[in-house]
Amino acid sequence: MPDTRLAEQFVDLRQQHDVAELGIWVFLATEVLFFGGLILAYCVYRSIQPAGFAEAAHHTKIVIGAANTAILMTSSFLVAWAVTITKLGEARFAGLLLWAAALLGLVFIGLKGLEYTLEYREHLLPGLGFDYPGQHAIAAHLFFSFYLVATGLHAVHVAIGIAVLAVIGRRARQAAYSGACHAPMTVAGLYWHFVDLVWVFLFALIYLPGRSG
Amino acid sequence: MTETRRPPLILVVAWLGLLALLSLTIFVAYLPFGLANTVVAIVIATIKGAMIAAIFMELRQSHGLTLAFAGAGFFWLGIMLWLAMADYVTRPNFPPL
Repeated sequence: MPDTRLAEQFVDLRQQHDVAELGIWVFLATEVLFFGGLILAYCVYRSIQPAGFAEAAHHTKIVIGAANTAILMTSSFLVAWAVTITKLGEARFAGLLLWAAALLGLVFIGLKGLEYTLEYREHLLPGLGFDYPGQHAIAAHLFFSFYLVATGLHAVHVAIGIAVLAVIGRRARQAAYSGACHAPMTVAGLYWHFVDLVWVFLFALIYLPGRSG
Repeated sequence: MTETRRPPLILVVAWLGLLALLSLTIFVAYLPFGLANTVVAIVIATIKGAMIAAIFMELRQSHGLTLAFAGAGFFWLGIMLWLAMADYVTRPNFPPL
């Protein structure tokens, strides 16, 4: 009887797994350039307006940003743990780890919402009553435009990741994956780690400048 | 916890290492190093990114083809940042006639 998990174009599950992994890396390469374009725009404007960017960055909520970084790193750790033990035949327990990671993703989104609310009240969000006192208002407007677009697009990625982890976690709980067949979990994991990786750079560019001045 | 459910040591070390680097980069950001603050922030972010890619994303165990696919995006990102910044950074040296 043929293995129903194996698509007909592949020789075996291992080849199918390798192709899935290459496929997600192609997608992630497009994501690198997607966020890369935003980061390039940030670099250009920061090089033109270094003092204004530093001053504007000082207004970001570093405690929330740092907490969210730690939360994403921890969720990434849980996903890496889940993928590793699934290879050892512990897919059902791995499902719980994926759900825990998805829950941390929800906490991330919640804190991000709190952060946007605080910034809205301080009139820091462009297009939503932006009102910045001081001589660097134009640079601050550029900085917070980047902030809003970059963190907003990142949050959309987190939201998609939460849904994916929840579904894959459920599939794992239903014993859909085994040591030989777990490509969907590997692919979902790589996507989630990438979302974490992007945040590491956004954190360095958004929250850290202008702290020592 | 049964043996097969335990997290591998390298994942735990990477996780704690990432949290330690996060603390370090925040601490250094408050020290008055001027331009070096930015350099340190980017270097630490790059180390953290490399740890996530090598350990969490398992690139350290991947074969050449996967590494080439993973590296391609960052390679082209490097070219984009390099050429674009070379333009903007040197523009003041060439004012319009």
